[in-house]
Amino acid sequence: MVEELGTNTEGDLIINVGPQHPATHGVLHLVITLNGETIKKVEPHLGYIHRSIEKMCESLTYRQYIYVTSRMDYLSSHINNHACALIVEKGMQIEVPPRAQVIRVLMDELTRIASHELWWGSMAMDLGAFTPFFHAFREREAINEIMEETCGARLTMNYMVPGGVLDDLHPDFQRKVKEFISLYKRKISEYDEIVTGNIIFQNRMKGVGVISAADAISFGCSGPALRGSGVSCDIRKIYPYEIYDKIEFDEVLETAGDSFARYMVRIREMNQSIRIIEQLIDNIPEGDFQAKTKAVLKLPKGEFYQRVETARGEFGIFIVSEGGTNPYRIKFRSPGFSNLSALDHMARGSKIGDLVAMMGTLDLVIPDIDR
Amino acid sequence: MDNEELKLAITALLPTANFEEGGEWLNILIEPTDWLPFAQQLRNEYALHFDYMFCLTCIDWKTHLTMVYHLSSTKYRHNIVVKAKLDKAKPDIETVCHIWRTAEFHEREVYEMFGVNFLHHPDLRLLILPDGWEGRNPLLKDFDDPVNMIKL
Repeated sequence: MVEELGTNTEGDLIINVGPQHPATHGVLHLVITLNGETIKKVEPHLGYIHRSIEKMCESLTYRQYIYVTSRMDYLSSHINNHACALIVEKGMQIEVPPRAQVIRVLMDELTRIASHELWWGSMAMDLGAFTPFFHAFREREAINEIMEETCGARLTMNYMVPGGVLDDLHPDFQRKVKEFISLYKRKISEYDEIVTGNIIFQNRMKGVGVISAADAISFGCSGPALRGSGVSCDIRKIYPYEIYDKIEFDEVLETAGDSFARYMVRIREMNQSIRIIEQLIDNIPEGDFQAKTKAVLKLPKGEFYQRVETARGEFGIFIVSEGGTNPYRIKFRSPGFSNLSALDHMARGSKIGDLVAMMGTLDLVIPDIDR
Repeated sequence: MDNEELKLAITALLPTANFEEGGEWLNILIEPTDWLPFAQQLRNEYALHFDYMFCLTCIDWKTHLTMVYHLSSTKYRHNIVVKAKLDKAKPDIETVCHIWRTAEFHEREVYEMFGVNFLHHPDLRLLILPDGWEGRNPLLKDFDDPVNMIKL
């Protein structure tokens, strides 16, 4: 199916980007049809890291399946785990203690910042600047250390369990988070100085990869990819879960629909996450970090759906239960899969050099797409 | 619109539709042959405006397959679930990828994982499975691969 490198009958050049390519951030394979330097078609070929997590989950219990979901979107593993815990709590009507709720939201927002930091660094690197990567990793490292202390892991945390969180916070958690906030506030202006205000970056991103609001909705885009086109779609606002309806934060919207708009959504979103953390960090209620649950979890017969807002967009879990200890069928709606389907539409007619700017601002995480 | 109002509006559009109660969202059971005109109405009817398809999947019930479509409206924020029962011997259903373009990728995934044939799909071929995959559908319940599957 994959054409050999070369030309087709119309004289167009067909080239492969990936599966091993620094700008694809993983094993994504794009077959691009080019007329000169103009893109005529982008065809993604997926599956290089497909592990059939959905099939695997059919033989796992509701405590076990959380661990594989960390391996899907490894940059927002907390938020994936959160969705897994929420759907079991919804099905079994488990009341989560207030302390656990606050801890979960704090962890979600720290993850969101860490994910956006990594995106910012790697996206700048795709566009040819190496330095921002080190700036981004300096702040991200502080978050990873906080995660490591409390959850015992830096990427695949598996910290959220049905009924609450796995263990209590590390005694240093509050101090470290406050230190991180002050570090972030000192350093965020550097981001704007190096990248956002840089005329070279702006020229490479403005007007590139434009997608209209109607098209973005039709393609099922979510997260910053849809908010960059001016459509309100933040699950934390429109279908609030956990305690997001009691927290003050703004949904970030940009209207241009180009790569720069998606870039600005993420940058501004980090500030909103800091705002959420600041509200909660001094108000962590005392009490249990986990509700008492039965040793064996059984979801009642029926169908359940839970969606959460990850750093990349709307992540959904659909479980069909037969009343047993493991799901009969499970479907993960990953944000990257739908966002990637819009890439062909965005890229047609633009130059091949702009493709990395579009892929960068879609923030593709390949294990999340392939599952 | 809440579930009751949605139920009235949808009964007016498709009198043969059946409803499943009890879930969080309204579940609508339809015949596969009704799906394409019904989908167009759901998308274009002013008061419904289901413009966002956030999930499309299939369930293997061993005796039959069930297509599941999750739809929501970015304007009114209401959600529905549409289900269509497919015959396992001839799992045919019309594509909706020109109504919701996200369906193009999702239908290709369901095609390779469950063997559902989407009629009039512009590009129905393997998406995730490798080239030359010999037609067995991994997410069906009777699929078995003793080499690559890890069972706990």
